[in-house]
Amino acid sequence: MIEIKELRKSFGDKHILRGVNLNIKEGEVTTIIGGSGTGKSTLIKCIIRLLEPESGSIVVNGEDITHIKSEMALAKVRRNFGYLFQEGALFDSLTVGENVTFGLKYLTDTPKSEYAKIAKEKLALVGLKDIEHLKPSELSGGMKKRVSLARVLATEPKVILYDEPTSGLDPIMSEIISELILDLKKKLGVTSIVITHDMKSAFEISDTMAMLYEGHVELAAGVKEFKKTKNPYVKQFIEGSSKGPIQMQIRN
Amino acid sequence: MFKSLGRLIIRGLTQIGQASGMVYSCLFWLVKSPLEFNQTMQQTVKIGVESMVVATLTSLFTGMVLALQAGTTMQSILSEPIYIGTLVGFSLVRELGPVLTAFVVAGRAGAAVTAEIGTMRVTEQIDALHTLGTDPIRYLVIPRLIAFTLAIPILTLFANVTGMFGGFLVSVYSLGVPSNTYVEDITTFIGVDDLMHGFIKSIFFAFMIGVVCCYRGLYTRGGAEGVGKSTTKAVVTSMVLILVLDYFLTAILNSLGI
Ligand SMILES: Nc1ncnc2c1ncn2[C@@H]1O[C@H](COP(=O)(O)OP(=O)(O)OP(=O)(O)O)[C@@H](O)[C@H]1O
Ligand SMILES: [Mg+2]
Repeated sequence: MIEIKELRKSFGDKHILRGVNLNIKEGEVTTIIGGSGTGKSTLIKCIIRLLEPESGSIVVNGEDITHIKSEMALAKVRRNFGYLFQEGALFDSLTVGENVTFGLKYLTDTPKSEYAKIAKEKLALVGLKDIEHLKPSELSGGMKKRVSLARVLATEPKVILYDEPTSGLDPIMSEIISELILDLKKKLGVTSIVITHDMKSAFEISDTMAMLYEGHVELAAGVKEFKKTKNPYVKQFIEGSSKGPIQMQIRN
Repeated sequence: MFKSLGRLIIRGLTQIGQASGMVYSCLFWLVKSPLEFNQTMQQTVKIGVESMVVATLTSLFTGMVLALQAGTTMQSILSEPIYIGTLVGFSLVRELGPVLTAFVVAGRAGAAVTAEIGTMRVTEQIDALHTLGTDPIRYLVIPRLIAFTLAIPILTLFANVTGMFGGFLVSVYSLGVPSNTYVEDITTFIGVDDLMHGFIKSIFFAFMIGVVCCYRGLYTRGGAEGVGKSTTKAVVTSMVLILVLDYFLTAILNSLGI
């Protein structure tokens, strides 16, 4: 349902994405792994068109969205997606409750009287309760992340892009979130793209895994095949070994 | 030398282009979507209340010092302090009321708006607005533009009154001008067109401050440091533009006989 071909994106003279090819199938969980700063967030921001790629193409359900310019048309594209921001991006002038229900007004016809109920329900899904009246500044890092996830879930999107949903969470909470992602797939047929550094969770939830390395997709494959790969880059990365073809520049 | 001047001009033009683009988007969304009424009211009250105390103090003391200067000047030229009310009134209503109020609001509420929107930009809250079905122009910029344009002219009228009151205090209690002379000096010589002159200018200042401060906020880059930079830039740009705009508006309004 999402086809990405030869996608390129730079910031100034930093060439981040240098020809990314990836297919995302409807109803599947696709995880994207890769080193810090390789452009994983950049890639999914291109998919939802928070960023405009330089070249290549992104086709969503048959529509080429790569270079759409009009605000109205972009808003329509973004309606297809839910997006969990890496740092949460909660509105700090609003309460937790208002944050969670923020999108309902713009994306759904839900009557205002339902908002409180929906906030409670979605917060419960991510293991939180009785915090609707707090401001984001009063929450811990992991709580912010989960409130942010609740905000995504509130509008019940058909495709969800998760930027590190389990980072900053304890192991048990991570497991709960992983199960939640699987649940959404099974019960509601939600398509998910998940960026993660958590290999355990990645193997648990993925149908397809893709590794981004040096601006391209090094390997994209079903999870079983991915685990057993001989590709030395991917192998080193999923084993988390400091020895191998990927050399981190630590000292100059 | 020429190269860097050229670059400066190009940057200036780019920024004017981007800011005009923002204003255009505002018009677009105003037509296409309902106004965020609550946001707009909230912001108007906030901007008004935030700047009220400073604006009042500024205009009060400006009125007082105007009266003092006018009084001593008149005393040394004509050996009696006459027409103080007229001088104070004219200066305030046509120039200092609108300009100083705009300055105060730019420094107080304008800076706050840039810092708020800038912080939202660098913490991806602006992007979050896009993903939740709305738009920063619609949700943030339009309410603030309207709020500035409502609040500043009202604050200006208020400042005119407190300024004249300040002049009154100094004239009556320090220069010994009879109180009804001071009031008559104002009411006989200052007309509706003078009030309009100041009022029209303040509307333009208000809109400009709104555009500059929202624009600087939206185009913030680079973390907390970036927020600081755009806030400073927003205030400095607003203040310079107030004075530039003031000259041209005065010229235009004068030629129209207002
Ligand atoms: N707005 C921007 N302007 C300039 N450079 C940027 C911008 N956004 C990202 N970059 C750069 O692009 C590169 C990729 O960033 P990105 O956030 O996509 O990495 P990532 O793969 O998500 O990393 P992480 O796992 O640490 O989140 C980084 O080197 C970053 O410095
Ligand atoms: Mg990232």
